[in-house]
Amino acid sequence: MRTHTRSGESQCRLRTRQDWCVRLCVAAVLFAGVAGGETASASEAVIELAARTVVKIYGAGGFRGLESYQTGFLVSAEGHVMTAMSTVLDSGEIDCVLDDGRRYEASLLGIDPRREMALLKLDGEGLPFAPLDGGRLASRTAAAESDERTGKQNPPAAAGPLPHGDLAPPATRVYALSNLFGVAVGDERVSVQQGVVAAVVPLAARRGAYEAPYAGDVYLLDFTVNNPGSAGGLLVDVKGQPLGMLGKELRSSAAGIWLNYAIPLPEVAASFHALLTGESTEMETTAESFPFDTRLLGFLLVPDILEKTPPFVEAVIEATPAATAGLREDDLVVAVGSRSVTSCAAVAAELSRIDDGDAVRISVIRDGQIVDVNLGPRPPMRLPVAEEPVLGEGR
Amino acid sequence: MRDATVQMPLVRPARLPDAPGRLRGGWLVCCSCVMLLSQALVADGREVAAEVLAAQQHRVEVVSKISAATVAVFAGEQGGGSGVIVSPDGYALTNFHVVQPAGLAMRCGLNNGQVYDAILVGLDPTGDVAVIKLVGRDDFPYARLADSDAVRVGDACYTVGNPFLLASNLQPSVSLGIVSGTHRYQFPAGTILEYTDCLQVDAAINPGNSGGPLFDAAGDVIGVNGRASFEKRGRVNVGVGYAISSNQLRNFMGSLRSGLLVDHATLGATVATGADGKVYVSDILESSDAYRRGLRYDDEIVSLAGRPVRTVNALKNVLGILPAGWRVPLVFRREGRVEEIRVRLAPVHAAAELAEIAAGRRQSGPPQRPGEGPAEEESPVVPKLPEPVRDLYETKTGFSNYHFSRLQRDRVTAALRASVGDENLRGVWEIDGTLEDGRPFRIELSDVLATIDLPTGTSRLDPREALDKSPVPPGSGGMLAALVVWRKLLLEGPETVGRTDAVGTAPVSPDLLPVKAETSLADLLRTDVGGVSAETFVAMDGGPTAGRVVGVDLWASPQADPCEVRFERDPAEASRPAWMPTVLEVHSGSTLFGRFSIRSFQVRPADSDATSTEEPAS
Repeated sequence: MRTHTRSGESQCRLRTRQDWCVRLCVAAVLFAGVAGGETASASEAVIELAARTVVKIYGAGGFRGLESYQTGFLVSAEGHVMTAMSTVLDSGEIDCVLDDGRRYEASLLGIDPRREMALLKLDGEGLPFAPLDGGRLASRTAAAESDERTGKQNPPAAAGPLPHGDLAPPATRVYALSNLFGVAVGDERVSVQQGVVAAVVPLAARRGAYEAPYAGDVYLLDFTVNNPGSAGGLLVDVKGQPLGMLGKELRSSAAGIWLNYAIPLPEVAASFHALLTGESTEMETTAESFPFDTRLLGFLLVPDILEKTPPFVEAVIEATPAATAGLREDDLVVAVGSRSVTSCAAVAAELSRIDDGDAVRISVIRDGQIVDVNLGPRPPMRLPVAEEPVLGEGR
Repeated sequence: MRDATVQMPLVRPARLPDAPGRLRGGWLVCCSCVMLLSQALVADGREVAAEVLAAQQHRVEVVSKISAATVAVFAGEQGGGSGVIVSPDGYALTNFHVVQPAGLAMRCGLNNGQVYDAILVGLDPTGDVAVIKLVGRDDFPYARLADSDAVRVGDACYTVGNPFLLASNLQPSVSLGIVSGTHRYQFPAGTILEYTDCLQVDAAINPGNSGGPLFDAAGDVIGVNGRASFEKRGRVNVGVGYAISSNQLRNFMGSLRSGLLVDHATLGATVATGADGKVYVSDILESSDAYRRGLRYDDEIVSLAGRPVRTVNALKNVLGILPAGWRVPLVFRREGRVEEIRVRLAPVHAAAELAEIAAGRRQSGPPQRPGEGPAEEESPVVPKLPEPVRDLYETKTGFSNYHFSRLQRDRVTAALRASVGDENLRGVWEIDGTLEDGRPFRIELSDVLATIDLPTGTSRLDPREALDKSPVPPGSGGMLAALVVWRKLLLEGPETVGRTDAVGTAPVSPDLLPVKAETSLADLLRTDVGGVSAETFVAMDGGPTAGRVVGVDLWASPQADPCEVRFERDPAEASRPAWMPTVLEVHSGSTLFGRFSIRSFQVRPADSDATSTEEPAS
């Protein structure tokens, strides 16, 4: 067991012009090499090793066309998978598909609401994994041989959290591997993107109206990595050093723009160790305390009298987005965007997560069929001054 | 996922550069940055490694080359996109959805500052591909198609084109990235425009990049960009774009250059993943060729066209890059037994359906129904083409521009002529030889009579009458008629035999799949004569067998299995002219009808040849 101290954030940041030059020079060498095809086989090998640790995760019960997939990566040879905490995992059945197409049903060992991470376990052995102890990716056979020589067992469980100061500096060239847009299925390889670490900074971000719970350092990246399905993906440098986990889609609190970021590996390691030792806590949700008033979109749900009142549409207000979009009385709302909902409270909570001006799409069951309804841009959360509907205008 | 992946929209141009002014700017910000950077480093007194400078120099040269071959396509008020020139005479690839609103004619800018007129040649609405031809030069800068199956994830790549129609100075934008995924399957956007076996890249593909090239590090084309995944960040690149693979483009190129409205292929069967993760036939049409060749419900598909099939997507990927009509090997497993069959792929759409799409394309030009369009003036029914391309268009059912089919037929005709040389073929062709079991055969072909003597009996045919009455010899599917068509084509030339059109390219044997180079393809002529239809394979220019007929498939009736004659030639044979085969191999359906080894081949001048055919003027 090792102990480590945090050696300060300043180390991660650029200080002098000379630093710039050195780093850009390094970047230029790699850039030139990659473009010139000189390191093609080296990059191919790194991508190969990294991709074999990445798993495609599917939550069961998603509707057709609804996002029910994300990414994770193996962190032990026995099938521990670190991923992002999300509603994809809210299912009793979580499927993990490995790089070679093998499909496993995984169990959820725990969730880490502060970092928005989760630990899954699938029943495997001898699997390729991304080491959380700061080591590079290695081929399975090489790792196994090395383990045999050193008599080391189960490295991630044995090792402690990583030194937090050892974050990769800006200008580090990286690959991001993820199941973005669910594009890869079966034995198809996850997507690989290339870019550089732009900065290492504390995360200040929000989802809808809510601050993201994690506020530690993240790698800000110069390429779009946080796409639908990317969360839980692996960030690795071009030499095969795992650097972190791709986060969920978030906007900057300050600027409102979408962020491209990854949570550094030491945080993943810390989360993993906490979850492995059972330090899981229940997700605190604050969404219910700021429910979105569906009247702002032009409809009313049935009175929320039960613990989980089925979200039937009680009334549709004339000349509102809901009316225009063809929402009808007695429609049962089953999804808001890509998230399934089973109660009136959940509908209000999910609507509150959507940013002002972003498109609102809900799915309803009508006469036994699932019908998608586009309600247009979401209006601001605050209630109209008048109690009576004034919602027809402004579209 | 389905909603998230969309066709790149057409973007409206800020303005169309009307004067061909010469504008020379830096090619791209990216390269300029690298150059500035290197200067900064030197100025700072630091040495830059020689290989870095060499790699940089190489990249600058590649970008210079690929920028010259990239086209900015302007479709007038309807917007525009990008394209890439693939031959010195100006044939260029782009997307169907880029040229669709433009109609038949468009203007194309190159980075030399010139704007050229271009005409629509061929269309592949399902695959979202179009071929256009730029006019005005025979020395256009062009790019080569590379083998996209050799592309690996992580390979460097460039997207070049006209994003957001920025190229108002005609200088294309260049973006450098890596290949993020290979052999991707993308569901059709809407009802068509399915992207199969495509390349996924993180180099930027934005609205306006559609139809533009994806280059590898060497500057060869590995794809044509056309789609991207978008979601909540708006219609801008999020590092996820898709390109149609160069190997798909190569398979369709011959048909597209022949001015065809081309169709994609179906097996006539659907497949599903079984509980064991394998791919099984879940439904099959009894009228399909796959069924006739022996494929049945619940058979496990092992491979198609030489590629393993382990997922439903993999099957769609293999199928999606092949044109209708090609024959492919299919391996399946039934009760532990593995079998290989040769399946002829059927078209996905009815001919009328594709024609409707073409009609839709024309409707999006000037309004055709009075009162519907915004313009009140009379609109011309016949498209008014700009002067430089006015003579390069001809309409015909099944073709997007029949003019180019004619051009290809003329080229194949010339190749056929060249292969025959000055030899006088008029007269009776007497072919003697032996079958595989050593027994003799004799074939005689003349203008008035075709006969074949086989150990099993003699068959006759009058070439002046209908050829479809009874396919003879029995069991061959129509071998004699196929030989009659072969002789007619060599003797009279394609333009005078029934109705003969150039319809693209195809491999003469399914064993040549997958196609990695154009040389494994043969030119294809389709002939309708005497009630039969035939497809004749003519070896491509450039090879030692150029212009030689290497195969004839003949359909005595549209529903029946064709007779497939393959003309082989022993390379060691030197005593006979090059056009004469040494072996005829004849298949029909799943069975080999016979292998005919030719011992002697004579052309005996006919004394009473009444139907003296005129030598057609070329």
